[in-house]
Amino acid sequence: MTTADWIAIRLTAQLAATSTLLLLLIGTPLAWWLARTRTRLKPLAASLVAMPLVLPPSVLGFYLLLLMGPNGPVGRLTESLGLGRLPFTFGGLVVASVLYSMPFVVQPLQQAFEAIPERALEAAATLRAGPWDRFLTVAVPLARPGFVTAAVLGFAHTVGEFGVVLMIGGNIPGSTRVLSVAIYDHVESGEFADAHRLAGGIVVFALAVLVTLYVVNRPPRAPAGGTR
Amino acid sequence: MKLRPLFSLIGGLLLAAVPAAHADEVAVAVAANFAGPLARIGEGFTAATGHTLKISSGATGMFYSQITAGAPFEVLVAADDETPKKLVAEGKAVNGSNFTYAIGKLVLWSAKPDFVDAQGGVLAHGTFSHIAIANPKIAPYGQAGLEVIKARGLSDALTPKLVTAESIAQAYQFVASGNAELGFVALSQVAVPGKPVVGSYWLVPANLYGQIRQDAVLLKAGEKKAGAAALLTYLKSAPALAVIEAYGYSH
Repeated sequence: MTTADWIAIRLTAQLAATSTLLLLLIGTPLAWWLARTRTRLKPLAASLVAMPLVLPPSVLGFYLLLLMGPNGPVGRLTESLGLGRLPFTFGGLVVASVLYSMPFVVQPLQQAFEAIPERALEAAATLRAGPWDRFLTVAVPLARPGFVTAAVLGFAHTVGEFGVVLMIGGNIPGSTRVLSVAIYDHVESGEFADAHRLAGGIVVFALAVLVTLYVVNRPPRAPAGGTR
Repeated sequence: MKLRPLFSLIGGLLLAAVPAAHADEVAVAVAANFAGPLARIGEGFTAATGHTLKISSGATGMFYSQITAGAPFEVLVAADDETPKKLVAEGKAVNGSNFTYAIGKLVLWSAKPDFVDAQGGVLAHGTFSHIAIANPKIAPYGQAGLEVIKARGLSDALTPKLVTAESIAQAYQFVASGNAELGFVALSQVAVPGKPVVGSYWLVPANLYGQIRQDAVLLKAGEKKAGAAALLTYLKSAPALAVIEAYGYSH
């Protein structure tokens, strides 16, 4: 394993961790709203969140490149805020990853929130728990498997991101050259041994993550001494 | 008589669907930078021989991996001379069939008018934050761009500003969208026949970088196909060379 490969691995972990954190911060209120709202806009909002599932990454990458470029509205905004331009930067990849992995975080959370029985929240309300209190002490613990799934899928999906990063990253070691791009480069250059080391590692990682997820989120068996 | 174009279109489609005797459909893998010219050459080729082309465009390195894995391409029109040589050596291409069909010309290009001067002085004196280049490990044009930067003694100054694209097609896209102020691309991308030149460019003198030889080769899958061999012959013909030159290559 070369130093460049280790740098790519560390960068990928940083990108996935940062994106997952932001996704949980943004995704939790969004999923809560989607689970509870009765507005007629709900199908539209849910569709927007799910878009990255059906859009080819090249479409997302292409539009992000244009939107975040010097002639795009987002690019003009970030420049006028003194943030510079997002393409070819770590920050740009974070923004892209948050958009790209959004459904993988919001959907499990939304399903978990929807599964919480209304009477659990009503019971808490009759005990004079405020909305915040109800959310933190009733909804969040009950939705714990949803949070685990959301975090794991958000992280893993960001690690597996390729097309969008390829289109807006610029392959800069240490700031945008993530694992999937490094593997692509090795394959393109005919360095199959190096490609195997990284690609094999990713396969093992993905399998380990998913097995862990399914083990952790397994429906609890009847506890000892419980129902017979 | 608005229907007449429709009828002639249908007629044309029918003609195309009923191939002439012994007309082949040749599966060609072509380097992205030569896809445009090849499509133009293909028109003349079909008119002259009756054979048609099924063109897949992409990165030469990717095609190499696909061909070694058994992809059904019959001709490879590559962006370098190494890949065809390697395929011949590995027995995936027909011995002695590789030849240089075009020599690429490198330009330093910006989408902004007057940004790049005719001597390329912008490299040393210009204010820019990103310069796009195709991945030098993979793309000969990227390698050539690095050589130019080195020849100008600017490696230390410019390395932090380099953004690497997977191909010159993507390098072009980085510059065209304005995300990189300038970049090294092929003349064939900037000076397209029949289209006005966008922005400004410096045609890099050929002595600043190693020759970019683009070779074509007959692959094993096309060995017994008359149309595939005919295409390689046609690439050396006067009408094909005229198109190649018009698109900014020498030969």
